[in-house]
Amino acid sequence: MSKLSQKFKNMTDTSLLLTITILVFFLMYIGAIVFQGKGFLKPQTFFNILNENAALIILSCGMSTVMIAGGIDISVGGVTALISMCCAVYLDFKGGNVLVSMLIAIGIGLAYGLVQGFLVAYLDIQPFIVSLAGMFFARGMTTIVNTNPFNVQNESFVALKNTRIIVPGLGSVNKKGIYVDAYVEIGVIIALLVVLIMFCILRWTKLGRSFYAVGGNKQSALMLGINVKRTKFMSHIICSLLAGIGGYVYFLHVGSGAATHAQGAEMNAIASSIIGGTMLTGGVGNIIGTFFGVLSLRTIQNIVASAGLDQAWWTGITIAAMLCLFLVIQSVVMARKKMSVKK
Amino acid sequence: MSKIYKNQIFIPMTALLILLLFNLIADPSFFKITMGLNSAGNPVLSGYLMTVLDNGSELAILAIGMTLVTAASGGQDISVGAAIAIAGSTLLRVLCGTNTRPDTLRTPIFVAFLISCLVAMAFGAFNGVLVAIFKIQPMVATLILYTAGRSIAAWINNNELPIISDPKFSYYGGFIPGIPIPTPVFIAAAMVILITLVLKFTNLGLYTQAVGINESSSRLNGLNPVFIKWLTFVILGLCVAVAALIKVSRLSSINYSVIAKDIEMDAILAVALGGNALSGGKFNMAASVIGAFVIQLLTTTLFKFNVPSDALPAYKAVVVIMLVVFSAPVVRDRMSVLFKKLSAESRKEAA
Repeated sequence: MSKLSQKFKNMTDTSLLLTITILVFFLMYIGAIVFQGKGFLKPQTFFNILNENAALIILSCGMSTVMIAGGIDISVGGVTALISMCCAVYLDFKGGNVLVSMLIAIGIGLAYGLVQGFLVAYLDIQPFIVSLAGMFFARGMTTIVNTNPFNVQNESFVALKNTRIIVPGLGSVNKKGIYVDAYVEIGVIIALLVVLIMFCILRWTKLGRSFYAVGGNKQSALMLGINVKRTKFMSHIICSLLAGIGGYVYFLHVGSGAATHAQGAEMNAIASSIIGGTMLTGGVGNIIGTFFGVLSLRTIQNIVASAGLDQAWWTGITIAAMLCLFLVIQSVVMARKKMSVKK
Repeated sequence: MSKIYKNQIFIPMTALLILLLFNLIADPSFFKITMGLNSAGNPVLSGYLMTVLDNGSELAILAIGMTLVTAASGGQDISVGAAIAIAGSTLLRVLCGTNTRPDTLRTPIFVAFLISCLVAMAFGAFNGVLVAIFKIQPMVATLILYTAGRSIAAWINNNELPIISDPKFSYYGGFIPGIPIPTPVFIAAAMVILITLVLKFTNLGLYTQAVGINESSSRLNGLNPVFIKWLTFVILGLCVAVAALIKVSRLSSINYSVIAKDIEMDAILAVALGGNALSGGKFNMAASVIGAFVIQLLTTTLFKFNVPSDALPAYKAVVVIMLVVFSAPVVRDRMSVLFKKLSAESRKEAA
C-alpha cells in the first residue's frame, strides 16, 4: 500500500490526472452495466457513443492542444456550424463535388487558425476574447450564408454519409432474432486517426514538447530558446484545423446545414478536455485523457437519459456538475502537489 | 490634447460620437423623438434614441458588476445571461406559485424581487467561491453556470412559462402611467448613482484595483484578496437580479432559452469598450456605463438597417476584434512610434 502511495506521489501531473479520468470512465461504464441493465453491454451501444461523438473527439483534441499551450478557443462550435452550412450550400445549390467541400471545410478552419493565432500570439490579445468574437462571427456568418436549415440531397455525399464500416465479431442479435453487425461511421475512423496523430505529435515531436513548455512556464520556455509566439500561433492553427476536420465530420454525421448546429460544442469540448485531465493553466494534459473525457461525458449523459431523467434540463445540469467536480479535483490535486513540494 | 487622449472616457466617447455621426449622415430621422400614446393609453416618448436608452439599461447595470469582476479577478463572468434566466425564473415562481396564469399575485413584487436577489447573489457567490478559493480561471469557472443556468431556470418553474396579467408588474420594464420616460432608465440611473456613492464613500474601488493589479502584494498590505474577489461576484449577482427584473417585466413572462441571450458578450464588450484592461487592475466605472450604451446604440443602428437579429453577432464580432486590436499594447506601441516618426519628419520638413 505504501509502495502504491509512493508511486502515486511520484507521478507527473499529466499521468495522475489521466489515471483519475480513465478510472472514472471505467467505473461509470461498469456502474451503467450493473444498474441500467444490459443495454450498455452491447458493443453497439459503445459504438453509437463513438458514432455520435466522432466530431466532438476531434474538436476536443484541438481544444486540448491549445489548452496545453496555455490558451483557449471557444470558437470551435461556431466554426463547425459555419462549415456545415457552407458545405451544405455548396453541395446542394452549387452542385459541387464532395472533395472540394472537404477542402472548403479545411480552408475555413485554416483561415480561422491564421487570424486567431495571429491575434493571440503576435498581438498578445487574450485568447478568450479573440475566440469569443470568433464564435459570434461564425454564428452570425452562418445565418448570413443561409438562414433556413435544410438537408443535403447531393447523391455522392449521401452515399458517403451512409457508408458504414462493419466491425467483425461484435454484432448482436436484435429483438426479432436477426443478427445485426456492429458498425461505425467513417467519422470514427478519422477521429481515431486524429487522436493517434495528435498523441504522437504531442509526445514525440519538438513542436509538441514546446506546447507543454510554453503552457507550463512561458518565461522558462523563452529561456530555453523556444519561439514562444510561434508555438502559440501553431497551437491555434492546429486547433482550428482540427475544428475544420471536426466540422466536416459533424456535417458528415448530421448531413444538414443549420445555424443552430453544434450549439454548445465548444463547452462540451472544454468540459471533455478538463475531465480528461488537461489543466486550464496550461502545460498539463494528454490526448488519450481527452478521448476518455469525451466518452465519460457521453456515458453519463446516456446514463441520465436511460435513468428516466430525460427532460432536457438534466443534461445541462449533469455536464455542469461533472465539470465542476473535475475542476475542483484539479485544483485540490494541484494545491496538494504544491504543498508537498514546499515541504 | 494629449490629456484628453489619455483619459479613459476618450475611447467610448469617440465610439459614441462616430456612431452618432454615422447615423446623422445616413438618416437624420434617427434623432427624432416623438410623443405618442402607448397601448395602455399613456403618453410616452418614442424614437430610436429612447430605444437605446431603454434597452441599454440592463446592459449598463450588468456592466457595473462586470467591471468590478474584471478589475478584481482579471477575468469575466460569462454566466450572466444564464443567471438572469435563473433570477427571472425565481421571480416568477415566487409571484405565481404553481399556478401559471394567476389572476392575483401571491406575494408583493418587492418580496419576490428580494428573494430573486438572494438567489442570484447565491449563484454569484458560487462562482466567487470557485474563482477566489479554488483559483479556477473566472471564465472557465463561470462556464459551469453558463452550461447549467438555463436548465436550472427551466427546472425551477417545472419548464412552464408563467404569464403575469397584473399591469403593475409591467411597470418595471415599461412605463409608469403619467411618466413618459421608460422605467428601466430610472432603475439604471439609480444603480449608477448607488455604485458611484459606494465607490466614493467606501474603499471597494481601491481594494478591487489593488487585488487586480497584484494579488500577493495586496495580501501583504493587509487586504483579503479572496474575500474581495468573492465580493465582486456577489455584487455582480445583485446586478443580475436587477437586470432580470427588468427583462422579465418587459415580457411579463419568460422564455428560458432566449431571455438575455448573448448578453454576456455585450456586457464584456461594454467593459472592453470602456477602455478597461480585461486582464484586471484599474477600472473606470463611468467609461463602462457609457460603453454599454454605445453597444446598444450599435445594436439599434444595425437593426435600423434591417440586419436580421441572427446575423447581428457577426457585425458585433468585427467591432470587437477591431477594438481589441487597436487597444492591444503591441499595436499601440507601434502606432505611437509611427506617430513620433511622422511628426519628427514633418518637423524636419518645416525646419
